[in-house]
Amino acid sequence: MPQRNIVEAINNALADEMESDPRVMVLGLDVGKLGGVFRTTSGLVERFGAERVVDTPLAEASIIGASLGLALAGMVPVAEIQFLGFTAQGFHQLGPQLGKYRQRSRGRYHCQVTVRAPFGGGIRSPEFHSDAVEAQFVQSPGIKVVMPSNPYDAKGLLIEAIRDPDPVLYCEPDRLYRAGRSEVPDGPYTVPFGKAAVVRQGEDVTLVAWSAAVELCMRAAEKLADEGVSATVLDLRTLVPLDVETLCAEVVKTGRCVIVHEAPLSAGFGAEISATLMEEVFYELDAPVARVAAYDVPFPAASLEDYYLPSMDRVLTAARRTMQS
Amino acid sequence: MALSKNRPVQGRRSVLLPDGTIASGAKSRMEEEFLLDALRWMMKSRLYDQRVIALQRQGQFGVFSPGTGQEASIIGSAMAVDPARDWMVPQYRELMATVHHGLPLEVITAQYLGKIAPGRIPDGVKVLPTQVSIAAQLPQATGLAWGLRLRGEDSVVITYIGDGGSSEGDFHEALNLAGVVRAPIVFFLQNNQWAISTSRRVQSATSSFALRAAGYGFEGVEVDGNDVMAVYDAACDAVQRARNGGGPSLIEAVTYRMSFHNTTDNPSRYQDPKEFEEARTRDPIERVQKFLAGLGLWDAKREAAWTEELREENEQALQHAAGAAAPRPEDVFANVYQEPPPRVLRQRSELVDGARG
Repeated sequence: MPQRNIVEAINNALADEMESDPRVMVLGLDVGKLGGVFRTTSGLVERFGAERVVDTPLAEASIIGASLGLALAGMVPVAEIQFLGFTAQGFHQLGPQLGKYRQRSRGRYHCQVTVRAPFGGGIRSPEFHSDAVEAQFVQSPGIKVVMPSNPYDAKGLLIEAIRDPDPVLYCEPDRLYRAGRSEVPDGPYTVPFGKAAVVRQGEDVTLVAWSAAVELCMRAAEKLADEGVSATVLDLRTLVPLDVETLCAEVVKTGRCVIVHEAPLSAGFGAEISATLMEEVFYELDAPVARVAAYDVPFPAASLEDYYLPSMDRVLTAARRTMQS
Repeated sequence: MALSKNRPVQGRRSVLLPDGTIASGAKSRMEEEFLLDALRWMMKSRLYDQRVIALQRQGQFGVFSPGTGQEASIIGSAMAVDPARDWMVPQYRELMATVHHGLPLEVITAQYLGKIAPGRIPDGVKVLPTQVSIAAQLPQATGLAWGLRLRGEDSVVITYIGDGGSSEGDFHEALNLAGVVRAPIVFFLQNNQWAISTSRRVQSATSSFALRAAGYGFEGVEVDGNDVMAVYDAACDAVQRARNGGGPSLIEAVTYRMSFHNTTDNPSRYQDPKEFEEARTRDPIERVQKFLAGLGLWDAKREAAWTEELREENEQALQHAAGAAAPRPEDVFANVYQEPPPRVLRQRSELVDGARG
């Protein structure tokens, strides 16, 4: 089976969907000849032409707003926002406009729009490029929030997103873009939304994460195994819809939970998970739910990011403390 | 005033003057029968405003932004597009334009009454929902026009904005993108001199909003927005240009908001009554009536008869909307997702079961 990294998996998903559906188009900054700043759209303009792979003016609100209009015209736009932090300059077109359009039109219109955006720290990028603002969109009902962590899911979730009749925000873990290749089949396939993946099964503690934090949790689980602690790693894959059933089941199995995310702690999506566990399975917990997150300060200069982002040490410390309860 | 400098190259287009005479040398493609039709729609718009404002004061209608004073802009622009193939992307002060474009009056009325299913734009009607997030409709309209061209359709989009809305970033982004992709779109800017209480004078230092089109690489024209003949002509030119592959246009219709921003507003706190009285002398409806009277096509008797008929039409739509199904609690969850997530379905059950006691 072909081996692909996340960049190649995304590129392959876009090509497959553009091949099978002439309505699918890609638009955004530098997505044409350059192939995107991370090369996720490399080769697409040569293959599908400049009408379907469009370098747009540098203006996020119009990239997203025009995608809404393109969808109403019967196209299936896949918009790229160069970095998730820059959705701030088009936020109103994404959360409020795309998210509400079906409701505001009493169901007359829907918006089959995918907005792709890389995010996350660890690549020493300049200011604003690393911001993990995914939870802002969880507070925008109507938008699905998709957070792949590996090449197989990256392709399958992207195809699912493109085919979804409702708007999807698809956040790409830039730190893992080229972190390694794994099996990604040729040809279209989908990974359904709202189905969390147990990427490592353990017995003592459940580490819950999404996107690049899954990789950190996998490494932490290895270390914990050396200490005789058997950890489950649960990859939520999508924040909206949230797989409450698997989340609760996997936490109940171990009785302990550590949530790890790159967004700041307060009102991060970890708070939602923790609250959900309190509501659903409180009496089956053996320890308080722990959270390991970025601090409640703006993302610092790249030279400081290792101190800011959840670290292996912090995950291990949280897991060990949880085990002591 | 300094703002009078730097007029657009063409000057403000004008055909029908406030006194009901035709400007010297001016010609319009709007023939007399067509002008009668325009007058009927303009009167219908004003009568509707008057009726629903009265209802709102009695607590029987939602917050409403009247088009009073702007009927020539609203109707003249709507008459230039073809409901069968063109799309209309409104803001919120063009209600009768959307009705002219095929949206049944009872449907949009039902929206103001908080109805859900009865307020759904019928399939086939090429109108998008009203937009109160100022200027957000503009990038969407650009995308729609662009997409229709990509789909090979022979359609033009007309979208509405105001002088206040032109200050938004979305205005710039939408017009810029439309120019780049040469989208078949008409940006129809109603400069009614007010953004709630903020005067056009402090909205922008430009002497003309139409001038801005030059910065986006397409044509902008300024037209007397109280002159339905001139508005219609300018809009027809822009629609034709878009349909023929000539790309976007910006039309600035210079008009005056002869009412309040909406039913919560109180213009006496900020508006000079003299300015308002002056604006009344340029009423878009009266000048048409005067012109038609000069041709022997209009008199008090006809006005009374039309007023009666139009009030009855509006009343029927209002009653139809008032009698339409009331929203049910579960409509809170209607039309958000094609397939709602399990969590949302659970919340829906909680609400419905709770509502049933």
